Amino acid sequence: MENSFFQIQGVNKTFGGLIALDNVNLSVEQGTVHAIIGPNGAGKSTLLNCCIGKLKPDTGTVTFDGRNVIGKTAYEINQIGIARVFQTPEIFPELSLIKNVMIPAFAKRDGQFKINWFKSLIDEDAIYEEAVKILDDFGLKEQMRHHAGNMSRGDKRRLELAMSLIQHPKLLLLDEPTAGMARHDTNKTIETLKKIKKSGMTKIIIEHDMHVVFSLADKISVLAQGAIIAEGTPDEIKGNPVVQEAYLGGTEDA
Amino acid sequence: MSPDKKILRLNNIWLTMLLFSLGVLTMPWWLEPIGAAYPDLLQKFAIFGIFAIGYNILFGLTGYLSFGHATFLGVGSYTAVWSFKLLSMNVLPAIVLSMLFAGFFAFLIGYVSLRRSGIYFSILTLAFAQMSYNLAYSVLTPITNGETGLQLSKQDPRIFDRLFFEAGEGLPSTTLFGLDMNGYQGFYFCAVLLIIAFFISLKIFNSPFGLSLRAIKSNQTRMSYTGYHTRPYLMAAFIISGMYAGLAGGLLAVTDPLAGAERMQWTASGEVVLMTILGGVGTLLGPLLGVGIIKYLENIFSSVNSQTLHEFFAFLPDSIVTLVVNFTGLFVGEGWHLTLGLLFMIIVIFLPGGLMQGFEKIKNRFTDKA
Repeated sequence: MENSFFQIQGVNKTFGGLIALDNVNLSVEQGTVHAIIGPNGAGKSTLLNCCIGKLKPDTGTVTFDGRNVIGKTAYEINQIGIARVFQTPEIFPELSLIKNVMIPAFAKRDGQFKINWFKSLIDEDAIYEEAVKILDDFGLKEQMRHHAGNMSRGDKRRLELAMSLIQHPKLLLLDEPTAGMARHDTNKTIETLKKIKKSGMTKIIIEHDMHVVFSLADKISVLAQGAIIAEGTPDEIKGNPVVQEAYLGGTEDA
Repeated sequence: MSPDKKILRLNNIWLTMLLFSLGVLTMPWWLEPIGAAYPDLLQKFAIFGIFAIGYNILFGLTGYLSFGHATFLGVGSYTAVWSFKLLSMNVLPAIVLSMLFAGFFAFLIGYVSLRRSGIYFSILTLAFAQMSYNLAYSVLTPITNGETGLQLSKQDPRIFDRLFFEAGEGLPSTTLFGLDMNGYQGFYFCAVLLIIAFFISLKIFNSPFGLSLRAIKSNQTRMSYTGYHTRPYLMAAFIISGMYAGLAGGLLAVTDPLAGAERMQWTASGEVVLMTILGGVGTLLGPLLGVGIIKYLENIFSSVNSQTLHEFFAFLPDSIVTLVVNFTGLFVGEGWHLTLGLLFMIIVIFLPGGLMQGFEKIKNRFTDKA
């Protein structure tokens, strides 16, 4: 357990009197898909926010690839290889799709700081090519010159996923990637996620939709009232009575 | 596969530059019919054009609304006049130093102001600008000569000039290696710098750097989570626009070698905001258009007095002439700002994207029909 790829150890977080996270331990092995499920308000998003520098946990450590993550700023965390897809799509609405996807690629190259003002976008063949290819993979190539702000919510989410993937992150954090999507869009997204699963990228997924979780995850942790109450493979979780009690309400036949 | 210009919405740099240079250099000719083709006004077009282009790099691309850019204009002017007094009447050291000093000031003010965004950033820049203005008027009098303004005098050392020739009778004028910088020569000097300034701005607009500035405007949170350290990018934009303002300030001193604190007042900062918004924020040509319109109208309206109004309304019956003249008199001369205010309101209400948006609408109407 010591050398896990991504490790959350003894993380506590309180907001005023409310205990949001209660001594959470989680370790994610390289190349696996780890799902975190739990009822509303269980602390799933808080946990992710602690991993990407949005929130600072009261106690505990988060390490990634042997490096400490706590106290690093959002951009530094991205630069060590952790990308995040948000629950509400965070894109650049005023820019065209192609630019939306090119920006993260530039960020990876010169995010720290570089004024390459004399170079034109027209000279960025490699990045342009990759951006077009990734938009094609996501079925967004047709619209690539349109403004991102005019797209449907499902398309925006897929665009955001594309923006994360062009950076080839070592770890991808997905916050409810299919929330608010129509079934058709959900299936498309699952297909895409399955495809990138094969590439061996490590992923942590927060999800409500059990269909998504059970078709993607290698391992599942169940969070309830800020604490991990169960952990295991999808089959183990389905059969776990504690989980059924807390989350599935004991009604679902596994 | 090489990037597609149309998809990326990029301008053709060399064609744009060719047309732009032609347009600027032939201004004395095509502004003749509307009576704007005299050197004083042309110089103003070019100088404030540079100011607005630079301001647009900050406000147009990053969306950070600075209310204090007149500070850098003022710093540029003072620096240039000091360069004329101490070093040489040659304009090159003057404008180079203007840009450097303005850039340095922009670094100091930007370092503090850019810690906040939105309205707080605007207020901080405004506070710094008013502070600089008041300092220039009071404690910095040894440097700025306070209310009188900084002027040339015959006793100035001008050490470089003295190395080569004796001081002449009377006040010397600004030169570019012997070429006097007044009248049309002054305009062409400013025009060349305007063209260079426009070229740099065009390159920035088309570059990955420009794209990252636009992305900061669009969604700064996403930028951080995408791995961009946004602060230095904003800082760079702030300093670049400060240096543009410094250059403009320096040129104001080149064409008329004196500098006063009123150049740093908040109204001057506000003016560049108006120009940029009127023409079209974030567009390449918009700010220049705004400059042209505001400076041209200012020139016309502020020269009108009640005498000209009486002549203009002479066709009306005597009984109402006085009434009409008294009313319209509010909008001309000293009151020309009222007209500017009305114009600004009309544009912002009907064309929030400025005049460039209006052109875009007209263009779309035609292309849709075709």
